[in-house]
Amino acid sequence: MAKREMICIVCPVGCHLSVDEETLEVTGNRCPRGAKYGKKELTNPTRMLTSTVKTNATLQRRVSIKTSDEIPKGKIFEIMDELNTIDAQVPVKSGDILLKNVCDTGVDIVATTSLDR
Amino acid sequence: MYDIIIIGGGAAGLSAAKEAYDPDLNILIIEREAKLGGILKQCIHNGFGIHKFNLELTGPEFAEKTADGIADLDIEVMLETTVTDIIQFKTFDLTVMNEAHGEFHLEAKSVIIATGCYEKTRSQILLPGDRPAGIMTAGSAQRYLNIDGYMVGKKVFILGSGDIGLIMARRMTLEGADVLGVAELMPYSNGLTRNIAQCLDDYDIPLYLSHTITNIVGKERLEQIVIQEVDPHFQPIAGTEKTFDVDTLLLSVGLVPDIQMFESLKFAVSPVTKGAIVDQHLQTSVDGLFACGNALHVHDLVDWVAEESERAGRYAKMYVQGTLDTHRQEDVIPGDNVRYVLPHRYDFDSADDSVKFALRSTLKAAKGTFKITQGETLIMHKKARHIAPAEMEHIVVPKEKMVSNAPITISLEVT
Ligand SMILES: Cc1cc2nc3c(=O)[nH]c(=O)nc-3n(C[C@H](O)[C@H](O)[C@H](O)COP(=O)(O)OP(=O)(O)OC[C@H]3O[C@@H](n4cnc5c(N)ncnc54)[C@H](O)[C@@H]3O)c2cc1C
Ligand code: SF4
Repeated sequence: MAKREMICIVCPVGCHLSVDEETLEVTGNRCPRGAKYGKKELTNPTRMLTSTVKTNATLQRRVSIKTSDEIPKGKIFEIMDELNTIDAQVPVKSGDILLKNVCDTGVDIVATTSLDR
Repeated sequence: MYDIIIIGGGAAGLSAAKEAYDPDLNILIIEREAKLGGILKQCIHNGFGIHKFNLELTGPEFAEKTADGIADLDIEVMLETTVTDIIQFKTFDLTVMNEAHGEFHLEAKSVIIATGCYEKTRSQILLPGDRPAGIMTAGSAQRYLNIDGYMVGKKVFILGSGDIGLIMARRMTLEGADVLGVAELMPYSNGLTRNIAQCLDDYDIPLYLSHTITNIVGKERLEQIVIQEVDPHFQPIAGTEKTFDVDTLLLSVGLVPDIQMFESLKFAVSPVTKGAIVDQHLQTSVDGLFACGNALHVHDLVDWVAEESERAGRYAKMYVQGTLDTHRQEDVIPGDNVRYVLPHRYDFDSADDSVKFALRSTLKAAKGTFKITQGETLIMHKKARHIAPAEMEHIVVPKEKMVSNAPITISLEVT
């Protein structure tokens, strides 16, 4: 039976996974999150996206952001474009939602830096 | 007079401060930037904190969580202040500078060095060819882009497969740059395997292993680079030249503990880690002087930085309280295939119920066994998989396994 070899990217341990293409059985994972990842890579690959957006803060010119959940891998560049529409106004707090439901993914864009000025 | 001064307000300094805290002690953190958090502020990607917080955090989130950990404690913080020199009489005398007060002096009973590391630059790796603009370290490019919002180039090549280079390959691609490839001198990558997968493979960026740059062309701005495959002795192989038209070359060729400013103290430095030689209390060869985080040895995971630095803080506190006691110190020796082991020295008598080591291998291996010996006696072994110089290993030896107080050797047998 064909197996797909891959590296689990869920955490920095980087386990080498082997996923059965038919049964989706995962081996080589040190924790359950790796099994979930291996299955998903074959069925619907998703990624967290991190980037930065514009801000009127003076302490830094950019505010770092992340997606509140994983997004389909194929939508990454579309979402990157959408991020250009955001201009975060101080005070920004880590965890603030800066854009809801980005590109109809059901996922929000969340600030990961706090800037009070 | 301070009891403890911590130099650097990154993950290491903040973690050390939290554990050093005691309501009866005067503790000060000195940080040269306007915001606490250190290098993590610019590491906007996720993957931090799995071990420490059991959460998948981005760099800035990890930094903020660590800074929050000391916010309610009575610990003084001086921002936008730089330490330029330290000397020691009975206590430590620090020369400090900031805009408000110019140069002044501070005194402390104990000092923790948590100044992080710096990236090797072009002058430290001897690149051939012209010296045009457009060549910089991956970390500088990361700061320009993520903090200042400024793209350093459009057509990019990266030399060195360290994590920062891999992360920047993805980051620049996402921001619309064309990243043409990553060249690595060694036959294996120096970055975490997950970063090869999610930063290069995801975006079809080629990784040229056993390759180096053999020419750089450009008058004012970089125009072209030539890479070549190398033989096992790292000599370029004729006929393997590949040319790339690029305007930017990012260097991700290694990190070095940033401790030059402490030269006056004359503590022993390891030629391998380029950081201080320490015992299990993270104490250097100078009594009362501790080191942790990337200023001690370069870490790939901030989680380990935090863990190590908490110990440094705890032992610095014991030092000023007069309860830190070390007598007979023995060497910890890196054996076959082991590049270095930390701590370098151990006082086994005063160890708790186990002794802990962090180490790096000299080679990459799918499987192997770490062997811990005292004299001729094998006291413990630990099997490991996917061993690589880029990934730090941890070994804990229960004290009852030790047969004597003789020096410990740790070696790696590849199976
Ligand atoms: C560019 C770069 C990118 C990295 N990316 C990652 C990553 O993605 N994931 C990861 O886990 N690790 C990463 N690392 C490793 C990372 O450095 C560690 O994980 C950790 O954050 C280091 O913490 P630290 O406190 O030891 O050093 P730092 O965070 O560097 O903190 C040192 C602090 O000391 C201050 N300082 C230095 N000298 C002085 C002085 N003389 N006076 C006053 N203050 C001073 C500095 O301003 C800085 O704030 C990266 C390292 C670098 C250099
Ligand atoms: S399987 Fe678990 S431990 Fe291994 S890389 Fe994935 S998340 Fe990390």
